[in-house]
Amino acid sequence: MSAVEVLFVLLGVVAVGSALLVVTTGRLVHSALWLVVTLGALAGCYLLLAAEFVAWVQVLIYVGAVVVLLLFALMLTRAPTGPQLGETTGNRALAAVVAAAVAIVLVTTVVAGFGGVRISLDDALLGSAGSTGEAIFRFWVLPFEVLSVLLLAALVGAIALSRPVRHRSGGEGD
Amino acid sequence: MPLLFPLVLSALLFAIGTYAVLARRNAVLVLMGVELMLNAVNLNLVAFDAYLRDVVHSGQVLTLFVIAVAAAEIGLGLAIVLAVFRSYGHIDADRLRALADSDAVDEQIAAEQTVGTEETAGGPVPADAAGGR
Repeated sequence: MSAVEVLFVLLGVVAVGSALLVVTTGRLVHSALWLVVTLGALAGCYLLLAAEFVAWVQVLIYVGAVVVLLLFALMLTRAPTGPQLGETTGNRALAAVVAAAVAIVLVTTVVAGFGGVRISLDDALLGSAGSTGEAIFRFWVLPFEVLSVLLLAALVGAIALSRPVRHRSGGEGD
Repeated sequence: MPLLFPLVLSALLFAIGTYAVLARRNAVLVLMGVELMLNAVNLNLVAFDAYLRDVVHSGQVLTLFVIAVAAAEIGLGLAIVLAVFRSYGHIDADRLRALADSDAVDEQIAAEQTVGTEETAGGPVPADAAGGR
């Protein structure tokens, strides 16, 4: 195995391990912080797969913004910071079975489909900011603009949803 | 690098995300599971971009789009979670059984809430703000 492969396997182990901690830890805030580790390891994987710009966007958007949003939501919903016992639903065993089935099906499918196929990273096209930007603004302009409208719509929707409730029929006013 | 490395990693992450969505009770943690699943998909896209050596970088550009859509999704999702918290007083996915917003449901919730003290997280409602949504 080359150095890149060893590094990728290590990052993958870190990502899967911290993802398991995200879904199993009883402390809600720790869960969000383990998510940072998972997303950071995935950003390292992107770097190894020659997707440099995507890796930095991952760090900026996910680690920087999404996790902070999640932490804010945990705080605003008064999540307890101590260890919690009943943080999983009653059908936890069923969920574990479904997740294991998903893992088995997906892994056997990709092994059957792509076993032995190699990515040649030596002459891979580096996804730097320049080349990615050129690709976006030369070939993907229309989806990009549509996406900006979508983001605006989501922003307006989030603001509209999180305004204080104004009361229907004047009951239990807040 | 074998193409299987990123593919197997993303399959495992997707399964872990599935478990989080199905098993977690806190709605914010359910959203974290959704984020894990989206990241698994992103890893697939980047891996196939590198494998196919795409000149127009379809995989990486699509990954950027998915990241943007995920940011929009998490913003809206958390706004909904906060709205649910404001009206129900909890975000326990097991106890959120009513989808309706009718008065009967409101009364039932109000009856349930007499035990749990909760105050709205939002600011005061302006007195002259009339009109429904």
